[in-house]
Amino acid sequence: MTDEGRLETFVRGCEAVPGHRPWPRVRAGRAQWRALADLLAKTEWELLALWAEPAEVHVALRDETTLAVVSHPCPEGRFPSLGRIRPGAIRMERAVHDLFGLLAEGRADDRPWLDHGRWPVTAPLGKERAPRLGPPREAADYGFLPVEGEGLHEIPVGPVHAGIIEPGHFRFHANGETVARLEERLGYVHKGIESLMQGRTADEAARLAARVSGDSTVAHSLAFARAVEAAAETTAPPRADALRAVMAELERIANHLGDFGAICNDASFGFIHAHAMALRELVLRAAGACFGHRLMMDRVVPGGVACDLSAKGAATLKRLIAEMRPRFEALVEVYDNKPSLLDRTVTTGVTLTHLVHRFAAGGYVGRAAGRGMDARKVPGYPPYERLDFEVPVLIEGDVNARVWIRFTEIGESLRLLAQLLDHLPSGEVRRSVPGRAGEGLAIVEGFRGDVLTWVALDGEGRVRRCHPRDPSWLQWPLLEAAILGNIVADFPLCNKSFNCSYSGHDL
Amino acid sequence: MWKIVAATVLKGPHTMHGPKAAADALAELGRRVEAAARARLGRSLSIREVDAGSCNGCELEVHALGNVFYDLERFGIRFVASPRHADVLLVTGPVTHNMAEALKRTYDATPDPKWVIALGDCACTGGLFGESYACVGAAETVVPVDLHIPGCPPPPERILAGLLALIEAADGRIAPAAATGVSRSPPDP
Ligand code: SF4
Repeated sequence: MTDEGRLETFVRGCEAVPGHRPWPRVRAGRAQWRALADLLAKTEWELLALWAEPAEVHVALRDETTLAVVSHPCPEGRFPSLGRIRPGAIRMERAVHDLFGLLAEGRADDRPWLDHGRWPVTAPLGKERAPRLGPPREAADYGFLPVEGEGLHEIPVGPVHAGIIEPGHFRFHANGETVARLEERLGYVHKGIESLMQGRTADEAARLAARVSGDSTVAHSLAFARAVEAAAETTAPPRADALRAVMAELERIANHLGDFGAICNDASFGFIHAHAMALRELVLRAAGACFGHRLMMDRVVPGGVACDLSAKGAATLKRLIAEMRPRFEALVEVYDNKPSLLDRTVTTGVTLTHLVHRFAAGGYVGRAAGRGMDARKVPGYPPYERLDFEVPVLIEGDVNARVWIRFTEIGESLRLLAQLLDHLPSGEVRRSVPGRAGEGLAIVEGFRGDVLTWVALDGEGRVRRCHPRDPSWLQWPLLEAAILGNIVADFPLCNKSFNCSYSGHDL
Repeated sequence: MWKIVAATVLKGPHTMHGPKAAADALAELGRRVEAAARARLGRSLSIREVDAGSCNGCELEVHALGNVFYDLERFGIRFVASPRHADVLLVTGPVTHNMAEALKRTYDATPDPKWVIALGDCACTGGLFGESYACVGAAETVVPVDLHIPGCPPPPERILAGLLALIEAADGRIAPAAATGVSRSPPDP
């Protein structure tokens, strides 16, 4: 690779911002930001997140060797668009415009995203925050992309769906049974989490981070806690690191089991659904018994964990692992020997490898289509460097591959749990976090993929600004691509196999 | 597959005994139950779940009600796909501005008599989110609520106890004096 093609080279050419840990943050002027856009067109650097403050836009980037945040001050409220080059950033730029009023020049899409015209204010986090004038916008006012062609019909679905799932709107254009286009419209569950976090102590904001996406409460709490610890130049004690991993792996297993069951249910195979949900319940009960909350909400906190694991709790978890493994493996065998089920999942909803790389999609969506990133390995964080586990990668990219990634990960998580419980460090489980100014970035691996959280603390250790980026941001757009050419009836199956978070995305 | 079936048959089911109808829920409902609801619901409930802004934690526990441990359907309670088939709306989340209209519309599409349950701290009070530029707050601010089931999220047993209380109330097993006390306020136009 030429020097110019390295992120490190670009970063070295910009002005460093002190106090950002553990990776560098640099400031890029207008010319440099434009140069960055050009480089993004030429390189394979991954765009992990794009977010803002009232007068600055930030982007997190990564290549093989470097991870960095590049910031572009935009006092005039404008910045050159990166989304026109990296489609993964289009929705992020739309969100930045809705929340901060910062405009991406040359943007690929000028429709609002999170702002449905219902908030009492515009640019709620921006310098130009102002009361909204006029009546609320009608739902029908949103300009869905036009589709032309003979025999096409439109199927609008949502935001309130038939099942017990989160709200979002899907606009299908179908030719007979075949989907010609799917367009998502999200933002319905936007709760203003980023705005609520501002000015709160790290501990208060942690409770909000825990509720970014309930199914990933451990992962989001962990990413937030690690970002705060990085900003305040502290670390959690070793026992806390281990207990955090125990909780994270339990969360992964529980969610993968739930998804496995739900996918089979959407293929009308109730048997696996019933058994997988029973196993999931066993995991949640064990979590409840050991950590006092079935979803382990508010258990991972800045500085460590909020509760210790007793010897009895550790024994409960060991029994769970022993019981889980044979029962889970038997279910996998059932799945793999049911042609009627495989007929639904194999070759359905294929995501293409180049798209997965282009969007930096993580988790089972990426790993089922050839992108083997796992934050536990790269960049890595304790205690995983001392643990033995494999990251599965497949290339088919279909529903079946996403199911198999989950299978393998459940097995690996059980293995990780066994290792963790056999070598639990002793000692304290929480340290107080010094109240000092700083900025921190953390990436952790949730069940769905990598959760990235950026936090800036003021001199008293209060949150100046926080951006939790759920993996769903990078996966939702790919669902639109995966369903193309499939039949409408397979959408639930595809959707379940992605299982993107609405709440995590809408914030 | 048959091995698993055989093991299940031999070991017996996971299904546990149902909890008692929650006393506090019975008390709350007793004040509101109407004769019409009693006649209509009998001993079954059709529920339409509406996520009006939840973090999805509450949904996970509602889902869990369907697993073999809680086996919701044995009590005559089932989730339906359309509000038009529902007796009960189960609302979760601090109602967001972006969902308020959809919630109201779902309520309007549900035939009378209908019941609304606010599930989880968010729907009960607005929870951690409260009122902001993005959130309207508790479910009550948009639709009349008959029963509150707090918790973040409430565990399945507590949800089940609340639902059973609703069935008991509708079944007329609440002291009639309490049952005929207050009628519900009509929804906002
Ligand atoms: S009550 Fe708790 S679990 Fe339920 S939606 Fe609110 S934050 Fe999530």
